Amino acid sequence: MDYLDQLESQSVYVLREAFNRIEKLAMLWSLGKDSNVMIWLARKAFFGHVPFPAMHIDTGKKFPEMYAFRDRYAKEWNLNFIRENCPPIEETDPSLPPAARSAARKTLGLRNAIAKHGFTGIIAGIRRDEEAVRAKERYFSPRGDSGQWDFRDQPPEFWDHFNTDLPPGTHLRVHPLLHWTEVDIWRYTEREKIPCVPLYFAKDGKRYRSLGDADITNPFNSTATTIPEIIAELEATRTPERAGRAMDRETEDAFERLRADGYM
Amino acid sequence: MSSKPKPRAAREQLRIVIVGHVDHGKSTLVGRLFHDTGSLPEGKYEAIKAMCERRGMPFEWAFLMDSFQSERDQGITIDTSQIWFKTQKRDYVIIDAPGHREFIKNMITGASSAEAAMLLIDAGHGIQQQSRLHGFLLNLLGIRQVAVVVNKMDLVDYSAHRFAEIRQQYTHYLGGLGVTPDYFIPISARDGDNMVERSTRMDWYQGPTVVEALDSFHPTTRPTDQPLRLPIQDVYKFDDRRIVVGRIESGRLSVGDRLMFSPSNKTARVSSIESWSTPTKPLEAQAGQSVGVMLDEQLFLERGEIASHETDAPIETNVFRGRLFWLGHEALKVGDSYELKLMTRSAPVTVQKIERVFDAEDLSEKAAVDVPRHGVADVILRSRGLLALDEGRDMARSGRFALSDGHNIVAGGVVSMEGYPDQRELVTVKGRNIKRVAHGVAIDARTARNGHMGGVLWFTGLSGAGKSTIAMAVEQALFVRGYQTYVLDGDNVRHGLNSNLGFSPEDRAENIRRIGEVAALFADAGMIAITAFISPYRADRQRAREAAKGAFHEIYVEADVATCESRDPKGLYKKARAGEIAEFTGVSAPYEPPEAAELVVDTNKLSVADSVRKVLDYIERHIALKDPAKSR
Repeated sequence: MDYLDQLESQSVYVLREAFNRIEKLAMLWSLGKDSNVMIWLARKAFFGHVPFPAMHIDTGKKFPEMYAFRDRYAKEWNLNFIRENCPPIEETDPSLPPAARSAARKTLGLRNAIAKHGFTGIIAGIRRDEEAVRAKERYFSPRGDSGQWDFRDQPPEFWDHFNTDLPPGTHLRVHPLLHWTEVDIWRYTEREKIPCVPLYFAKDGKRYRSLGDADITNPFNSTATTIPEIIAELEATRTPERAGRAMDRETEDAFERLRADGYM
Repeated sequence: MSSKPKPRAAREQLRIVIVGHVDHGKSTLVGRLFHDTGSLPEGKYEAIKAMCERRGMPFEWAFLMDSFQSERDQGITIDTSQIWFKTQKRDYVIIDAPGHREFIKNMITGASSAEAAMLLIDAGHGIQQQSRLHGFLLNLLGIRQVAVVVNKMDLVDYSAHRFAEIRQQYTHYLGGLGVTPDYFIPISARDGDNMVERSTRMDWYQGPTVVEALDSFHPTTRPTDQPLRLPIQDVYKFDDRRIVVGRIESGRLSVGDRLMFSPSNKTARVSSIESWSTPTKPLEAQAGQSVGVMLDEQLFLERGEIASHETDAPIETNVFRGRLFWLGHEALKVGDSYELKLMTRSAPVTVQKIERVFDAEDLSEKAAVDVPRHGVADVILRSRGLLALDEGRDMARSGRFALSDGHNIVAGGVVSMEGYPDQRELVTVKGRNIKRVAHGVAIDARTARNGHMGGVLWFTGLSGAGKSTIAMAVEQALFVRGYQTYVLDGDNVRHGLNSNLGFSPEDRAENIRRIGEVAALFADAGMIAITAFISPYRADRQRAREAAKGAFHEIYVEADVATCESRDPKGLYKKARAGEIAEFTGVSAPYEPPEAAELVVDTNKLSVADSVRKVLDYIERHIALKDPAKSR
C-alpha cells in the first residue's frame, strides 16, 4: 500500500461506517476538486454505486463551468442528484461581514435541505489542512437541531471508534477527507483520472485554487495547465489555499462563527 | 550535498503528537519548529502578530494552533489540532494536544492517531500531574516511540544537574509503566536551542536535536505478519453480488482462503476480492486495506463478526478484563451496563468487578467501589453472548475497545484475558449426524423406585471453603437414608476421566465442562450427583446448568480468601503465595461467585454440621418426593 492507498482506505472505512450507522444520509457535492474525489471514493466504497443522494446547495452564483460540470457528471456518474436553493441574503445574520454573509446563505440553504429531506447525516469533503478551524474537526461531528457545532465539547474519537449514536433532532456531519491535504487531492485526482472543473487550470496566466461563489472567489497568478504542474506549484508555494476566499479573513473569528453556525 | 527536499511521491509521512502539562510550552515548541524549518504558511506570522497586538500582548506562538477565538482569549488550548510540516527527510503531521485536565478527551482524540509522541516537561516546574497521566495514556493508546523534551532550560540556567534530575525521576516513573523513552532532550523552545540547531549553551548535551529525534522515528508498520482479522463492517447487495466489506486490521488474505467467522464459527471460502475502477481484480489483500470479498457459500453474516483463518482465530469469551481510561461524567460502578465497541461489534456489557484503580500520581493501586472521571482502572466486563477478541498486548487492533453510554463514548481500553479461558473449544461442536437414542426406562419410573428425583448438587467456592467436606458428609447422610447418590470430587476425576487436562484456564474450563456432562448423566439416571469443584467461571457453571436441564442446583459454599487461607487443608495457598502454583484461584486467578445460587452455605459462620444440615434441608424440600416414609 502506498501513501495514497492508505488515505483512500481510511476514507472508504469512514464512508462505510456512515452508510451503516446513519439512517438518512446525503453527500454534499460542491462541484470542487475535493467533493469530486469524495464521490469517487464513495464509488470505490460501494463498488460503483453512490447509495445516497449527492446534494448541491446552490447559491445560484457559481461559475458557468461549474454548472456545466455538474449537469454532465450527475448523469455520467449515475448520481441520485438533488439540487437545493439558498435563501436570499436578507435572511442571513446582518451582523456578519459582507462576504461571510454571502457564505451564510449556504448554511441556511443546507439547514433547509436537511429539514426538508429529514437527513440525519451529511457527508462533507472538508480537510484539516485547508483552514485552522477545520483542523479541529472530528470524522463524525454531531450538530444541533439547527446545524450548530458545539466545538467546545466535541466527542472523543478513540482510535477509529466514532460516536454515531445521536439524540433525536440532531444530525451528524461526516468528514471522510479530513486527513487529506490539498496536494494529496491532486495526486489522487491524477492517479484515478478523476474529472475536474477546468477553472483549476491556468488560463491567461491565472487559475483558481479553491472554487466558491463567483463573486467572492479570486484567481491567482499561475502558469500551471496540467495536474503535475499544479502539484509542482503547490510543493513550492507557502501561500494558503484559501487566500482567494474573502470570507475567511474579514474579521478574526469570521470563519469560526460561520462554522459554529453550521457552515460546511 | 543536495539539500532539496525529496519529491513527495517518494516521501513518507509520520504522525506525531505533542503532549504535556498545561503551560509547559507545547505551542511555543510547535511554533518554533515551524518557523525554524521554514514551514510557516505565508502571512501566518503576521496574522499571529496582529492578533497579539489587538490583545495588547507579546508575540504568542500558541496562536498558530489555537484557532478558536475562545482559546486565544483564554490562553488555553481546548481542542486538538493538526498542522503539516516537512523536514529534509519527510513530511510530518504535528498533532497538538491540550494539556489542560478538562480537555483530556481531546488530548486522547489527538494522540490516538499518532505514531510517535513528544512529551514536554517544564525544566523549572518539573514533572506535574498531567506529565504522569499523559505518559500513562500514551502507553494505553499504544504509542511506543516517545521523546521527552525538557523545555525552558533558559529558566534554570541551562543546568545539566537539573536536566539529569528530571530525567532520573521521569525515567523511573515511565519505567513503572513499561515505557522506555527513546530520548531526553534539553531545549529552550523560545530561543530555538536544540530544536533545529544544536545549542551552544548546553555543551554538556551530546544527544540529537528535536528534529534529529523526529527523523529517527519510524512510521508504524502495518501488522501484515500477524493473524488475519477482518471485522465485518457491512454486507452489500447493490447488484447481483453479495459483498462482505470491512478493513483488514491485521494479517493478509488471498482468494481461495477458507475464512472462519467468529463468534458464529461459520466458515466459507473467499471466491473473489471485489474492487471498482482497478485494472484487474486483486488476488490478495493485507492489513490496512478496506476490502470487499465474495464467499463461495451464502452465509448469513452480520456486522461485528470477525473473519480470520481457521488456525489463529481470535479468542471467544463472554468475560474479559479491560484496563481502561474513564471519561464519563458519572463514575463507573459495579453493575452498570455500557455498550461495548470492539472493532465493528457493538454489544451490551456489564461491569462485574472493579479490580483496581490506579493513582496516576504515583502509580499506586487501590481497591475502589467506583472509577471517577479521568480514572484509570482494571475492570471485569461481562457480556451476554460470546465476543471475539484478542489479547491487547499481542494484537493492538483487535485487543482494544471503547465503551459508550447513551450518546457518548465514555472509555477506551485494552483487553487482558489473564486467568480467563478461551471458550471457543468449549462451544465448538465437532461431531455431526448424531441422534439421541430414547431410553426404555421412563424417568418417572426411576423417580418412583428411588423415592427422589435425579439431580445435580453443584458445589462451588474457593479452595478451602469446605466443599469436599460438606459434600462427603451429605453423601453419607443421604446414603443412610436410602438415596441414590455419588460425589464427583476434583482430585478423583482428574485421576481418570480428565487425566489429560492441566491447569491452564482452558483446561480448567474443559475439566468443568466434562464434569457437568457426567453429572447430568447421573441425574438422568435418577441419582443425586454431588460435585465439589472450585469451578471459578460463571460461564462454565452456566453450561453445566444447561446440560442438566431442570435438575441443576447451584450451591455456593462461601468463605472469604483469608478464612480459606487459614484453613489451607492441602497447603495449596502456601504454595501459591510462594509462586509455586501459577493461576491459583483467589490468589492469582479470578473467582466469579454465583449471582443467584439456589443455596448459599456461608462457612465463615456455619459449622460443618450446620452446613450439612442446611444442604439436607434443601434436598428434602426440593429433590425428595413428598413421601412420609422417606422423611426423618
